[in-house]
Formats: sequence, C-alpha cells, structure tokens
Amino acid sequence: MNKQLTITDLEHMAYRLREDVIRMLEHAGSGHSAGPLGLAEIFATLYFDVMRYDPKNPEWDDRDYFFLSNGHCVPIQYAAMAEAGFFPKEELMTLRRLGSRLQGHPERTKLPGLENTSGPLGSGLSQASGVAYTLQYIDKQPHRFVYAVTGDGELDEGNIWEAAMFAGKNKLSQLIVFVDRNNIQIDGTTDHVMPLEDLHGKWESFGWHVQEIDGHNVESIRDAASMARAITNKPSVVIAHTIPGKGVDFMEYDYHWHGSPPNSEQAKEALHKLRTLDGKIKGEHE
Amino acid sequence: MSHYPLVENLFGDDIAKEPIRAGFGRGLKAAGEINERVVALCADLTDSTQMSKFKEAFPERFVEIGVAEQNLVTVASGMARAGKIPFTSSYAAFSPGRNWEQIRTTIALNDQPVKIVGSHAGVSVGPDGATHQMLEDIAIMRVLPNMVVVAPGDSVEAEKVTKAIAENGKPSYIRLAREKTPVFSVEESPFEIGKAYVLREGSDISLLGTGTMSYQLLVAAKALEAHGIHAEVVHVPTIKPLDEATILHSITKTGRVLTAEEAQVNGGFGSAIAELISEKKPTPLLRVGMLDRFGESGAPEELLDHFGLTGAKIAEKAKAFIDTTPQYHREG
Repeated sequence: MNKQLTITDLEHMAYRLREDVIRMLEHAGSGHSAGPLGLAEIFATLYFDVMRYDPKNPEWDDRDYFFLSNGHCVPIQYAAMAEAGFFPKEELMTLRRLGSRLQGHPERTKLPGLENTSGPLGSGLSQASGVAYTLQYIDKQPHRFVYAVTGDGELDEGNIWEAAMFAGKNKLSQLIVFVDRNNIQIDGTTDHVMPLEDLHGKWESFGWHVQEIDGHNVESIRDAASMARAITNKPSVVIAHTIPGKGVDFMEYDYHWHGSPPNSEQAKEALHKLRTLDGKIKGEHE
Repeated sequence: MSHYPLVENLFGDDIAKEPIRAGFGRGLKAAGEINERVVALCADLTDSTQMSKFKEAFPERFVEIGVAEQNLVTVASGMARAGKIPFTSSYAAFSPGRNWEQIRTTIALNDQPVKIVGSHAGVSVGPDGATHQMLEDIAIMRVLPNMVVVAPGDSVEAEKVTKAIAENGKPSYIRLAREKTPVFSVEESPFEIGKAYVLREGSDISLLGTGTMSYQLLVAAKALEAHGIHAEVVHVPTIKPLDEATILHSITKTGRVLTAEEAQVNGGFGSAIAELISEKKPTPLLRVGMLDRFGESGAPEELLDHFGLTGAKIAEKAKAFIDTTPQYHREG
C-alpha cells in the first residue's frame, strides 16, 4: 500500500498518529504512553511507505506481514491502521472498552489486520520467524516480507534469543525487525534493570545484518527498510534509537511514562505541544 | 450401546505391545500425505517423539528448532498464521511444561491450529525419574479455552487421533506415552474427537479411563468378574471436550464411578469427571492416578505397580470402593 508520501508527509503523519495516541489514552484512562509516542515515525513509515497490504482485504494472500512483539505499544499500531483505512477512526476511542475490537493488548481474532496476539513479551519475533521461514522455504515467495517491532526491555526475554538463533541459522532474509531502542522499561532504564549492550554485537554474533538509525528520522527508517530488503543472506535488525515519549516534552526520557496515560490536563498540554511543534508554530487546529 | 471391536487375545500374554508414540509417528506421516499444509517442528527429539517418519517423507516441511521449547510453539504459531497446520513435539515435561504461557497467548487465545504433542507423559517413562515424568499436562492444557485435549489409549488409536487432529482446525494437545503399551483396539475400532467408547458393558460400576489406563481397566474388569462384580469400562480418549452423554449414560446405569489416569488427579482427568458429575449427576467417585505427588525412578512396570496403576491394583481399589459404597441414582 505504497501511497508515495513525501518525507514531509510522513513526518506529519507521525505527528497525527501521536495526537491519536494521546486522545485514545486519555479517553481510555489507562495504557502505555512512552513507547507508542516513540514509535510514531517507525509506524508512519512502515504503514505509509514500506509495507504492502490492502486495508479492505486484510487477508490478501500476497501481503507483507507485520508483527508487533511488544503488544503494549499497540495504540500506535491502532492509530496507523485506522489512518490506513482498516477501520473507522472513531473506533479508536473504544480502546480498552468492554466489547471493543481494540483490546488493551492486541488480539488477532478480534481485529482484522492484526497478524498476532501479543502482550506477554518475547514471542513476536518467533511468530514473525515462523512466517518468514514459511515464505522462504515452503511457499517460496521471495517478494513478500515480514516486518516486526520489538521493544528493548523485551530483549531480556530468552524467547527473543531463541528466535534470533533460529532466524540466524536459517538465514531468514525476508525477516526485518525494528528494535525500539528507547532505553527504558518499567523498573527504570535498561542499563540499570538489565544491560543490553553490546546490542549491535549481540545481533551480529547471532548471524543478523545490523543497522543502527535515528528512529525519528523517516528517511533513515525508509532507507534502512530498503537496505534490509536488499540483504538476501541474513535476517535484518534495525536498532532504532528513539526517545520515549517523543513529541511531548514532559514525557520524554521519563520511564515513569512507560505504563501511564495522560490525564485530561496533561492530554491537553500534550496535544498543544504536538500541534504547535512545542510552540514553534501556530497550531492549525487551535 | 455401540459395540467397540477389541483385539481377540485381549488378555493373552501374546497381546501386541507398542509405544503409543509409534502410532503418532505413522499418523503424522499419513496426515502429511493427505494434506500438504501439515508441517512438523521438533525440539531436538525427532526420533524419540517419532517425528522422524514425517521428516524422512517430507524433509522440506520439517523444521528443527533445537532445545528451545518456547521458540518451538511460537514459530509454529507463526507458521499457522501463514496457512500451515503445524505439529510440534517434545517431551510433555518441556512442551507444554516449559512453554505454557506461549501456548496460552500465541496458540489458544490466538486460536491457531497448532498441535502440541507431548511425548513421555506419565510415570511409565520410568528410570529417567520425576523430572521427565509429566503428570500435570492434562490439568494445564484442559484449562485453556479453545484447546482440544486427547490421550490415545494405544498406538493404533494414536494414529487415528493424529489424522483427526490434523484436520480439526483447532489448537490441540495430544498426550503420548513412552513405553510399549498393549494394543487393545483394532483398525475397525472407531475414533472421533469428543467421543468416549464403552469397551465392555457392566452394571455395578463405571470404570472410566484415559490414555494408557484404559487397557488396565479392561484387566481390572476381568479381575472383578471373579468377585461377581460386573464393571463397565469406558475409554475416554478425548478429555476435552468430554463426551458427557456417553459418560452420564454409563454412570446413570451403574451408580458408581472410578477414574484412572497416569497423571495428577488434581486438575487432571479425574477432576474433569468430578466436575461433570457433581454438576450433572452426583455419583460416588473414586479417582485413581497420581495423588498430589511426583513420580520417581524405577522400571515402568514397577512404577505402575508401586503407584497402584495396574489392572490388578485398580481391581482391588474398585472392590473396596464397591464394598463400602452404595449405588446412587440407579435406574431400572
């Protein structure tokens, strides 16, 4: 579903998705703020430049697959899916409500367009690997790709490294993983809770092609995806350095916002900041 | 009641014996021939779990995972998303023992038709000891919504179970035993997921068995004849969903129930029956199996005897139970 958006369009899209995330979380009264805000450029670029899919036919048998491994970041995915036309944008405000298709953590059986059910950390990379293995070795469809997003705190899970070993052994070159390297997790910073470095070296030693980028630069994200698709003898990981809570200054870099939503005052302030580029311009909506 | 065909030399010393897992191996290969969407994944136990027959026939549809049971079932979940019907195998102590949360989230809640095959369940695993004698698998698998749970009674039935499970479109668990087990069923014996089978009719007690215990119940029923006790034997390969009609029909007739399993009765098959009958037909119940304890090393036959899981030992328990327990709700 390449809509041929310009770099500027994609940047604007990321901010639109952030606004949706703030509104959804405020309305829901619970949920995770920091991760979804930090992933806005990655989701904007994946959904509106990189991936092939058909929102009117989510089971299209020639689509690319997308797996969100850290399911708690799903608000940004819901925002991207609504914007892409998988479901009406009004439905975003049902997040976390009884009877909603937009569960607090994503459930495939509830919402067409989701490829997996996740929340308990560490399993999404394996599921993506299962699809990538099937495409590469059984169904032999080399033009289809499997994209996945994982957190960095999530890399504490053993299941991730089981998958990393499996994908490396099998040279799953249609598998492209973005690691959201925002340096926070619930109990604090990753270097404090459980150090991950040398992260680049770890993936490399598992047989992966590794790129490191600024996860807020849509051009870098697009180029990294393009480079990853061109690698034909290894799975690819893109370590995307991001700022948790990006776009809302009082949330940025603060791990306390990992699992908290904004209240209405905070949401108002956050939306103002997002719409005015933190006061640098006059917000068109205000 | 239906007539269930049994082998002719049911109680002969020469009754054929074969590990139940061997039937799984044949069934998986057959399922792979019938449906090319069937794929198989193993965690470094391909011969032991009898996946090797499938691997030889369909090398391109076999995936070696290594000693990584969490990855085993989650890669399978992904392959199911890509349209395959994945069978995963390991020892039951490791899968579903180690990777239960992954099974819960990515297979049961995610409603993907992944088949978890747990080999080496029960104390009859023998000398390897308690770590490898999985006893809690029935409890942890039958509690999962969407999950089908089947414990075939012998290798001939295991083959039919495997072929049926391949086509049921549901998350499913198959429980297999390691040791050679008497083959009481024949090719013509029926198997359908969700059905229980009366192997022998009787009027004084219903002996309900699953997996390896069903044959032992036939032995027990024969021993009880000597005491003038007519025991009905019901083979219940599908623990979930239970064949409530067949079970309730039997216990309504006999007014007493004994369950037998090579697993923890707490949460296991005995609990499943207790739940059913206490709601639908309260009836005196004796549960035979592992009573809130782990197994230990020993020869398989020795262990079955030690834990009271042979036909002879079960007959003794049934006799004592009958002597002290009146029949309830007997009709006619």
